[in-house]
Amino acid sequence: MNLLDVQGVDKRFGGLQALSQVSVQIRRGSIHGLIGPNGAGKTTFFNVITGLYTPDAGRFTLNGMAYEPTAVHDVARAGIARTFQNIRLFGEMSALENVMVGRHIRSRAGAWAAMLRLPSQRREEEQIREHAMQLLDYVGIGRYAHQPSRTLSYGDQRRLEIARALATEPQLLALDEPAAGMNATEKLALRELLEAIRKDGRTLLLIEHDVKLVMGLCDQVTVLDYGKVIAQGEPAQVRSNPAVIEAYLGQAHG
Amino acid sequence: MNGPANPRRGLTALWPDASSSPAARWAAIAVVALALAVLPFVAGLQGNAWVRILDFALLYVMLALGLNIVVGYAGLLDLGYVAFYAVGAYLYALLASPHLAENFEWIAQTFPEGLHSSIWLVVPLGAGLAALFGVLLGAPTLRLRGDYLAIVTLGFGEIVRIFMNNLNSPVNLTNGPQGISNIDPIHVAGVNLGKTHTFLGVEVPSVHLYYYLFLTLAIVIIVLTVRLQDSRLGRAWMAIREDEIAAKAMGINTRNVKLLAFAMGASFGGVAGAMFASFQGFVSPESFTLMESIVIVAMVVLGGMGHVPGVILGAVLLYAIPEVLRFVAKPAQEALFGHEVIAPEALRMLLFGLSMVLIMLYRPAGLWPAGAAKGRRPQ
Repeated sequence: MNLLDVQGVDKRFGGLQALSQVSVQIRRGSIHGLIGPNGAGKTTFFNVITGLYTPDAGRFTLNGMAYEPTAVHDVARAGIARTFQNIRLFGEMSALENVMVGRHIRSRAGAWAAMLRLPSQRREEEQIREHAMQLLDYVGIGRYAHQPSRTLSYGDQRRLEIARALATEPQLLALDEPAAGMNATEKLALRELLEAIRKDGRTLLLIEHDVKLVMGLCDQVTVLDYGKVIAQGEPAQVRSNPAVIEAYLGQAHG
Repeated sequence: MNGPANPRRGLTALWPDASSSPAARWAAIAVVALALAVLPFVAGLQGNAWVRILDFALLYVMLALGLNIVVGYAGLLDLGYVAFYAVGAYLYALLASPHLAENFEWIAQTFPEGLHSSIWLVVPLGAGLAALFGVLLGAPTLRLRGDYLAIVTLGFGEIVRIFMNNLNSPVNLTNGPQGISNIDPIHVAGVNLGKTHTFLGVEVPSVHLYYYLFLTLAIVIIVLTVRLQDSRLGRAWMAIREDEIAAKAMGINTRNVKLLAFAMGASFGGVAGAMFASFQGFVSPESFTLMESIVIVAMVVLGGMGHVPGVILGAVLLYAIPEVLRFVAKPAQEALFGHEVIAPEALRMLLFGLSMVLIMLYRPAGLWPAGAAKGRRPQ
C-alpha cells in the first residue's frame, strides 16, 4: 500500500519547467530513492512535497488522506519530516535541545503553563527530554547531548538532523542527500542507521547522488531528468533501463 | 534523578548546583536577598539620589529582560521597544491623573473624586495593552528579518512617540509635548509609596519603597523569563532565531510564535512604563526617544543576548556607569586639569561609544554570554 501518492506535479520557475507531471508513489515501510543528474529537479520535488515551494499543479495523498503542501509547518504536522541538503541545525542550541524542538508538534504546553510551571507542563517537559535523549542514543550520539550542535562533527550533525526529524514522529522521513560529503566509513554507518529506521516501521524517501548507496539500500527508485520521471521501479530494473543510462552517460554514438 | 543532569541554564548557574545541599542553596538565596534588601539603605547614606539611580536601574532591568525575549530569544531585532514603555507609562498617566477629568466632562462626572487606579488594575492592564501593541507591531513585520525588521520597528517607535506628541488636538488625550503631570504615586496594600513611612522605628523614604516594589517586579520578570526560556515555547523562539526554515520544518507555526514573542516582550515593557509614570509623577514624549530604544538594545547585546544574568548585568552597567560618571567626571577633571575639559554629558556618549566598539571587538557575544556558564566559549 502506498503511504505517499503524488500525482501530476508541475512546478515552473519563470520560463523554466522544473517539474512536469511528476508522479511518485512511495510504499509504506520502504526506502524510496530519488535520483537523477544535477538539475533534474530532485530538490525542487522535495521542496514541493514538504511545502517549501507551492506547486502549480498536483494531487497529494498521505496515508490515504489528501493533504495540501501549502505551509511548511502543516506538512510536518501531517507527518512528513525532512532533513536538509546543507545541514540546518539550531547551531547555538545543544544537541539535546535540537531534538527537543522536534517534539514541538507532539507537545502542547503554552506560555501560561510555562510561566506558572504547572505540574502538567513539568511532566511534559520531562517526557520531551526523555524522548529526545532516547532518540540521540538511537542515532548513536547520546554522548554529545549537551554540546552545542555546531561543535559536532559533520557526520554527527547529519545524524542529529535525522534524530530531530524522527522526534516529530513522522510517517515519512525525507532525507535530502544524507550521505553528501561523507567518507566510506560514515556512509556505511549511515546505511546501517537508515536500515534500522526502516526496520522500525518508518518509510523513508531519500535523494542521493551516490548510486551505489541508493542501489544497495533502496527498495524502489524513481529517476528524474529535466523535471520528468524517466524510470521508476526496483533498483535492478532501473539500472538496466536505457533511458536512465542515457541520462547519466549520454547517448551512445555509432 | 536518573539520566544525564539537566544543563544548568540562566540564573541557576549562579547558585550552588543541584548536587550541593539544600542548605547551601538556601544560604546563597538568603545572602543575596539580604544584600538586596539592605542595598538602598547603604546607597542612601550618600543621599537619596543614589537610591533613585538604583530604582531606575531596576526599571531598565525590566525593560532589558522584556526586550531580551524578542531580541535574545527569538532573534528579532526590535529598535522600537521604547514604544511599549511609552504605552504603559501613558496608560498609567491617564488612569491616575486629573488630566482626563479636566478635559472630558463625562469622565469628571463619572468619577467625581478624580481618576485613581490601583496597582492591581494597572499592572495587568498595562501588560495587556502593551502586548496588544506588540502584536500590532509584529503582524506587519512577520516576513522581515535583520536590518529590514530593525527599520520598521524603529519607525513604529517613532510613530508612537509622535502620536503622543501630537494627540493634544482635536481632542486633548496626551497633552502633547507638555506631557501629563500630577500622576498619583502607587499605593500597595494601603501604603502610599510617594511618602516617607516609618516601619518599626525605621524611616523609609519614598525612593526606598519604590526600590522594593521595582525589585519585586524585576524578580517576578526574571523568574518568568527564565521559565519561558526553558520551555517548549522558549525552544521554539530560539529555533526561529537559529534557523527559521528548519524551525518551520519542525512544525513550528512561526507566525504565531513570533507574535507571542512580540506580545510577551512588550507586556514587560508596558509594566515597566506604568511603574516609570508613577515613580516620576510626570510623563512626556521626551522620555521615549529613539535613543532610549537603542540604549535598551545595547543593554541586551552588551550583557549577552538570550542570557538572563548577562542581560541584567548589561542593564545595570549601562544605566549605572553614565550616572556614576555624572557624579565623578567633573570633580575628577577639575582635580586633574584644574578645569572641566569635557562636559559629563559629552563624555558619557563618548565612553558609551568606545565601550561598544571594545565589546564588539573583544567580546562579540556580550560580557556574560549564555555559553560561559557551561564552560563553552562563543566562536
